[in-house]
Amino acid sequence: MSILLSASGLTLSFGGLRALNGLTFDVQEGEIFTLIGPNGAGKTTVFNLVSRIYQPQAGTLTFAGNDLLAVAPHEVAALGIARTFQNIELFEQATVLANLLIGRHTHRSTALWQELLFTPAVWRAERAFRDHVEQVIDSLDLQHYRDTLVAALPYGVRKVVELARAIATGPRLLLLDEPSSGLNVEETDDMAFWIGDIRADLGITVLMVEHDMTLVSRVSDRVLAMNQGTLIALGTPAEVQAHPAVVEAYLGASAGAA
Amino acid sequence: MRFIFKTRYDQDIALIRHGGQRFWYSLLLIALLVAPVLVSEYMLSQFVFICIYGIVGLGLMLLIGFTGQVSLGHAAFMGVGAYTHVLLIAAGWPFLLSICAAALLTAAVGVVVGLPALRVRGIYLAIATMAFGFIVEEVTARWESVTGGNSGLQVHPPAIAGFKFESTAALYYLCLVFAVLATLFVLNLLRAPTGRAFVAIRDSEISAQSMGINLARYKTTAFALSALLTGVAGALYAHQIRFITPEQFTILQSIELLLMVVIGGLGSIHGAFFGAAFVISLPQVIGWLKDFLPDAVANATGLKPVIFGAVMIAVVLAEPYGMYGRWLKIRTYFQLFPFYRRGLFKRQKSFQKSDRLR
Repeated sequence: MSILLSASGLTLSFGGLRALNGLTFDVQEGEIFTLIGPNGAGKTTVFNLVSRIYQPQAGTLTFAGNDLLAVAPHEVAALGIARTFQNIELFEQATVLANLLIGRHTHRSTALWQELLFTPAVWRAERAFRDHVEQVIDSLDLQHYRDTLVAALPYGVRKVVELARAIATGPRLLLLDEPSSGLNVEETDDMAFWIGDIRADLGITVLMVEHDMTLVSRVSDRVLAMNQGTLIALGTPAEVQAHPAVVEAYLGASAGAA
Repeated sequence: MRFIFKTRYDQDIALIRHGGQRFWYSLLLIALLVAPVLVSEYMLSQFVFICIYGIVGLGLMLLIGFTGQVSLGHAAFMGVGAYTHVLLIAAGWPFLLSICAAALLTAAVGVVVGLPALRVRGIYLAIATMAFGFIVEEVTARWESVTGGNSGLQVHPPAIAGFKFESTAALYYLCLVFAVLATLFVLNLLRAPTGRAFVAIRDSEISAQSMGINLARYKTTAFALSALLTGVAGALYAHQIRFITPEQFTILQSIELLLMVVIGGLGSIHGAFFGAAFVISLPQVIGWLKDFLPDAVANATGLKPVIFGAVMIAVVLAEPYGMYGRWLKIRTYFQLFPFYRRGLFKRQKSFQKSDRLR
């Protein structure tokens, strides 16, 4: 297995608050890698560094041999990194289908003048986009919602649509920010199933932030526990859960003694 | 109620989705083509205005309704288009070449005016575009050697290959062609990746960016295209009113254009033309109402802005999707009769979006 995403010595401060303090980790191609940690540990900050929304003060970040810190935020998707957001960021006043088609944006091959005239090349490209998007719709059971506006969808479905949109970009690495937050037990179950599927069927590497330990243990290959911007444990879900530093971070120092 | 059985993706990509649409739009086109025979000269000149304002509406709709960038400078874009065109015509350029040049220059100005949009949004962008409006107003008024200042410029009827569009009917057909072409271009754009990128930017910049959309590039494109359409409309407008002065392209005019798209219905192509028809017919309606109003009210200055404002408030309160939204409801009512229910168009309240990254 080769290393897909490699972070080394990532450091980022917001004023006096040190969000990340020399965080180093590698994500292997084809694995499901989960970041856990208490609130404010810096998990989402890692995501925002990978999506290039923040610029780290120190450290390096490479993706499949490319220096991620050298690309602009909108170029990250073209490299093959897609993400979902903690508080769902869909295009509300567009249909599910339109949302997924926007996911194909990086594969745009037509020029503006061709689109104004809607030339045969645009027709062909649109059909190809639709064909790809339909496969994603089929794999995530969204057929029923295809023509519904996102604004009219319940929360659980939006979560799936956001996942679908990320997959529609055709990524190599998928960043999932709390995929199960706000979902009920049944929906979380589906989500776990799909995350497994994404890796097994599409061969996409998954980097995920998650609080639901049942989901984490079920799907993750490796778990990285962090607190206050530093790594405290790294290993299989069972190893990390049993690690004394992790227990301390969640429950406090006296928990072990009591 | 029509059920469409879809068997090919092309059915979703095509502009005309079913036979009903083909029938009604053909009928509309025929009606528009024979209009010069059916309606009075005066009425026809109002149609010319609707075509011209419709083109501006399309430009503004692209920018505000689809890309979510506000502009209070569109009358100034009209002014840039109108003055450029009139001056080039006076310099001996042929009509088509001159209108293309005016459109391209306005688009270039649009790119420059759009630059603040890369940094600011909402009310701050409105102020930046408004400042541009004042600049154009001042320049056209004071650069007397070129623009003739406040005494204005005479405009001759357009001529293509020796044919002079002198009659109202000829000008009407010319403007209709431009309006239809503009509508088709915008419709094509909206069903292609660029149009979807605009909608993505409108609804969530942060996730548009993470989908690989270059915000700076697409915002600039939106401003350029919007300005381009408005510049073309400005050039046609100059021909229609035959005399241009800086007072025709003021901030008040910009606000009227903004109200036009809001009342028409943001985010719909129909809305651009509904709004244009509304703006053009309002003075006629007010003129007709005056006969029934007491003199003190009928002759009061500012009657039109007051009515405009009242309609605006009513639209925002009762029908946020404007005239097009109302039209959709009426149509659905008849399609579903007798099963229409009041809550059908009620949207679920939007979930809280993350503000962390803004």
